[in-house]
Amino acid sequence: MFNFSTNTLWLLLLVATGFTYWLGESGELGHARMLPVFLIFGFSFAKGVAVVIDFMDLRHAPALWRNLLLGWLAFVIAMILLAYWIALQ
Amino acid sequence: MGKTVVEEPLVDSPRLAGDLAVWLIILAELLAFGILFLSYAFARTFDVALFNASQRTLDLNSGAINTALLITGSWCVVRAVQAVKQDASIASARWLLAALACGGGFVAIKLMEFSAKAQAGIDLSTNTFYMFYLLLTGFHFFHVLAAMVFLTILLVKTRAGHYGKHNHHALETGAAFWHMVDLLWIVLFPLIYVMR
Repeated sequence: MFNFSTNTLWLLLLVATGFTYWLGESGELGHARMLPVFLIFGFSFAKGVAVVIDFMDLRHAPALWRNLLLGWLAFVIAMILLAYWIALQ
Repeated sequence: MGKTVVEEPLVDSPRLAGDLAVWLIILAELLAFGILFLSYAFARTFDVALFNASQRTLDLNSGAINTALLITGSWCVVRAVQAVKQDASIASARWLLAALACGGGFVAIKLMEFSAKAQAGIDLSTNTFYMFYLLLTGFHFFHVLAAMVFLTILLVKTRAGHYGKHNHHALETGAAFWHMVDLLWIVLFPLIYVMR
């Protein structure tokens, strides 16, 4: 797993937020396609992983706790993607 | 011939940063928010047009600025914990103050947003989207306020020199709660503000 410094991670998180914002403003989301949805929630997942692993310091925690939080994040985002896919059908 | 004892290098054993109680609270909060997130996402499938039209009335700029504020606040809290682990209490207190400033910025922007919606006559009964919007962002808002109260207490104690290299358990506990608030917003922001 990546091991960025705290400062680098903060900057990457801000860049990812900026990209999400740009995608929202660009109007790409109104075209009823799943790709932008995947991109946006992919960024959301990556940001969440960074917060869980490095900011919450679960990198050094028992695997159970790390897996519980990452599992929550993966499950919630997977279900959101499913709901958006259903909405597009 | 005597046995040669080969010592294993010392490996840090896994350690949960902060009190177990706060982690159990975090799990409960994640579960509650997870149910709300999924309820929102699946409720949207029944009336996509209404949700999209209502979402377009939200200010994406304020949502993005608030995301940046919470992420920056989390970074400041991480730096505060790192500083106190080096016995740098004053530096740690400054980082906590910066985190509180980020939290204050978030609260101010959110209050303006809630106020604008109230002036437009929007409340929980306006439509399903606004019911979820007010419920989710309002519930999250109170968590930010609670996290700020914890940080304020930690700031006072850090400044007074209560924490240091060998005593930073309470600071890590408060930090974990703050990061949870950040984590929740990272899912909430695209779900409520960006997807339209």
